[in-house]
Amino acid sequence: MAILVDANTRVMTQGFTGAQGTFHAEQGIAYGSTYVGGVTPGKGGTTHLNLPVFDTVADCARATGANASVIYVPPPFAADAILEAIDAEIPLIVCITEGIPVLDMVKVKRVLGSSKSRLVGPNCPGVITPDACKIGIMPGHIHRRGSVGIVSRSGTLTYEAVAQTSAAGLGQSTCVGIGGDPVKGMDFVDVLELFLKDEETKSIIMIGEIGGPSEIEGAEFLRRENFGPGKPNKPVVGFIAGATAPPGRRMGHAGAVISGGADTAEVKMEAMRSAGIHVADSPAALGSTMVRALAR
Amino acid sequence: MNIHEYQAKELLRRYGVAVPQGRVAWTAEEAVEAARTLPGPVYVVKSQIHAGGRGAGRFAHDPDGKGGVRVVKSLDAVREAAAAMIGKVLVTKQTGPAGRTVSRVYVEEGCDIARELYLSLLVDRATGRVTIIASTEGGMEIEEVAAKHPEKILKAAVDPASGISGFHARKLAFGLGLSGKQVAAFTRFVLAMYRAFIELDCAIVEVNPLVVTGAGEVLALDAKVSFDDNALFRHPDLSDLRDEAEMDEKEIEAARYDLNYVALDGEIGCMVNGAGLAMATMDIIKLYGSSPANFLDVGGGASQEKVTAAFKIITTDPKVKAILVNIFGGIMKCDIIARGVVAAAKELDLKVPLVVRLEGTNVDLGKRILTESGLAIIAADNLADAAEKVVRAVKGNA
Repeated sequence: MAILVDANTRVMTQGFTGAQGTFHAEQGIAYGSTYVGGVTPGKGGTTHLNLPVFDTVADCARATGANASVIYVPPPFAADAILEAIDAEIPLIVCITEGIPVLDMVKVKRVLGSSKSRLVGPNCPGVITPDACKIGIMPGHIHRRGSVGIVSRSGTLTYEAVAQTSAAGLGQSTCVGIGGDPVKGMDFVDVLELFLKDEETKSIIMIGEIGGPSEIEGAEFLRRENFGPGKPNKPVVGFIAGATAPPGRRMGHAGAVISGGADTAEVKMEAMRSAGIHVADSPAALGSTMVRALAR
Repeated sequence: MNIHEYQAKELLRRYGVAVPQGRVAWTAEEAVEAARTLPGPVYVVKSQIHAGGRGAGRFAHDPDGKGGVRVVKSLDAVREAAAAMIGKVLVTKQTGPAGRTVSRVYVEEGCDIARELYLSLLVDRATGRVTIIASTEGGMEIEEVAAKHPEKILKAAVDPASGISGFHARKLAFGLGLSGKQVAAFTRFVLAMYRAFIELDCAIVEVNPLVVTGAGEVLALDAKVSFDDNALFRHPDLSDLRDEAEMDEKEIEAARYDLNYVALDGEIGCMVNGAGLAMATMDIIKLYGSSPANFLDVGGGASQEKVTAAFKIITTDPKVKAILVNIFGGIMKCDIIARGVVAAAKELDLKVPLVVRLEGTNVDLGKRILTESGLAIIAADNLADAAEKVVRAVKGNA
C-alpha cells in the first residue's frame, strides 16, 4: 500500500522544460514512475522527454489524468505555481524549490487549508515509494522496498536513514521529506497519521531539527495514537539534528524565534523519549537503533 | 539580513510608525550638530552595532566605564559620549568577547517614559501566520520572559486573507493595560508596523522597549528590523542598508557565492550538502570527541566554482586542522563535488588532512575523480567512518 504515492500515481512536472525539471523528470522516469507530462507557460503544445507540455496545470491534469504535481519553478514564481496546482485541485503537490519568501508561503498555507490538495514541501527532497514512484530529487538507487516509513525535515539526512535501513535489510515503505521551511505543507503529524494507518509500514523513523514545535507535536501525537493497549504500537526511531548548533544563529533552516527555549535538540529528544520513541544518539545509528527497537 | 537601529527607525518612520526624532553621526562633531537639531535638553547617544544588550555592554578599552547607550543633558556631554564610542570596541552579551567596533552613533531626543512595553512582529511557524507579540515586560529579553513568565506573552495572529484589523491591536492594547488615548495611539502604531512588515518582507520587526510617554504617546525607543533573505530580490533598494563590517569576512565571501556558512569555534572544517546533514555532521564530530570549525551547506545545485569557493573559505580559517567533506548527493552530483574539491586542493596546496565521504547521485564517478587526482585524500565509507577518520586525523596532528 505505502502512503501518498504508489504505482498508480500519475506525475506531472511544473517547470518541466527547465534544467532541474528535465533532469529529475528523466530520473523519475528511469526509476519506473509514471510521468505523464508537464507545464511550462508559453510552451504548451510542444513535447519534452516525449511527453506533452501544457500552458496551465488545469490543461495538463485534464489531458493526462495527472494526480500529482512536482514543482521545480524558481523561488520568485514558486508560490504562484503551488497556488495554480491547488486551484486545479491536484490531490498531491510536491514543491522542491528552495528559497521561497516566507510571506508567499503564509498565503499558500491559508489557501491550502480550505483546498482539496495536500502539499509536501517546499524546500524538500520529495516523496518516494521504492520500486513504485519517485517524485523529487532523492537518489533512487539507495532505496529498497520494505517496511520502514521515513519522515524528515532534512533532505540529505533522509538519505542517511534510507541508506542505513537499506543496509540493515529493512527497506522503506514510503519516504517523505517535509522540508525545512518555517511555513510548509504537511508536517510530522500529518505524515505520521498516514504511516500509522498504512499496513505496509511496520516501523517509523522521524528525523527533526532544532527550532519550531512540530517534532514535539509529532511525539505527542505518537504517544496518543501509536503507543498503548489497542494501538498500533509501531516501533519509532527518532533523531534531532543541531544538538551542537550555537543558539541564536540560523543554520540554513530557519529556527523559531520565540519559544522560551522549548525547541532545542535536548528538549525535543526528551519529548521523543518520554513518548516512547527510541532516540538515536548519532545520525550514523538510525538503522542500528531501528534493528534494536524491532528486536524488543 | 540585519540592519542598524537608525536605519530601522528611518524605514519605520516612512510607514508612519512613531519614533523619537534622531540623526546618525559618524564623528563627535557630527553628533553635536545632530543634537542641535533636536529639542533637548535631554539627548540619548546610542552606539550602532548589529547586536543587542548595548546599554548594559561595556567598551573593551574601558570595562569599568559607562555602557554603549548614554543619556546626557548638554551638547558638550553629547560630544564626550560620542567620542567615547566611535572607533571603540563595544562588548555586549550578544557580541561575544571579541565585541564589535562602533563606527557611528545615533543621537536621539530624550523622552518622558511612563511605561516600557514589548512589541514584535514575526511569522509564527506553529500557525504559519504573521503574529503580533506583546508583553508588559519591556526592556527584558523576550526569550527570557517566554521561558520564565509565558503568561506575560500576548499574541495575535493575523489571517493573511483579511490582513490586519483594528481588533488585533485593541485586543493587545487592553491586554497590556492601556487606556484612553493610549489605545488609539497603540493601534495606529501596530497597524503601521504591520504594513512595514508586509511591504518590506521582514523576518522580524522588534520594538523593545516600546514606550508610553507621560503625555500618552506610544513611541519606538529601540527598533530591530531583519529582512527575509529569500525575498530580498523584491527589494533591490534595501541592499544599500547592508553593513558588511558587521559580518564575518568568511560569511561575506560565502554570501557572495550563495553558500550557507556560519563560523564556529572548533577545529574541523566541514563542507556538507543540506542544512540538516550539515548540523548532524557537526553533532557527530562532537560525539567523536572534536568540534566543528563551521557550518557550511553548499546547497542543492552547486556548481564546481561554488564548491571550490566553499573549500577556499574553509581553508582560510587558521583554526582548521582537518577538513571533512560529507556529501549525500541527491540534487547535488558527487562528480561535481569531487571536481571542485580536487581543483581547490591543488590550487591551495592543501596542508591539512582531508577526509571525503561521497554517497548518492553519480557516486562512482565522483570517487574515481578523487582517486585519479593523486591527492592524499582519506576516503570514508559512511558517516560514522568519516567522523572517526577526521577526528583521528586531528588528534594525530596534535
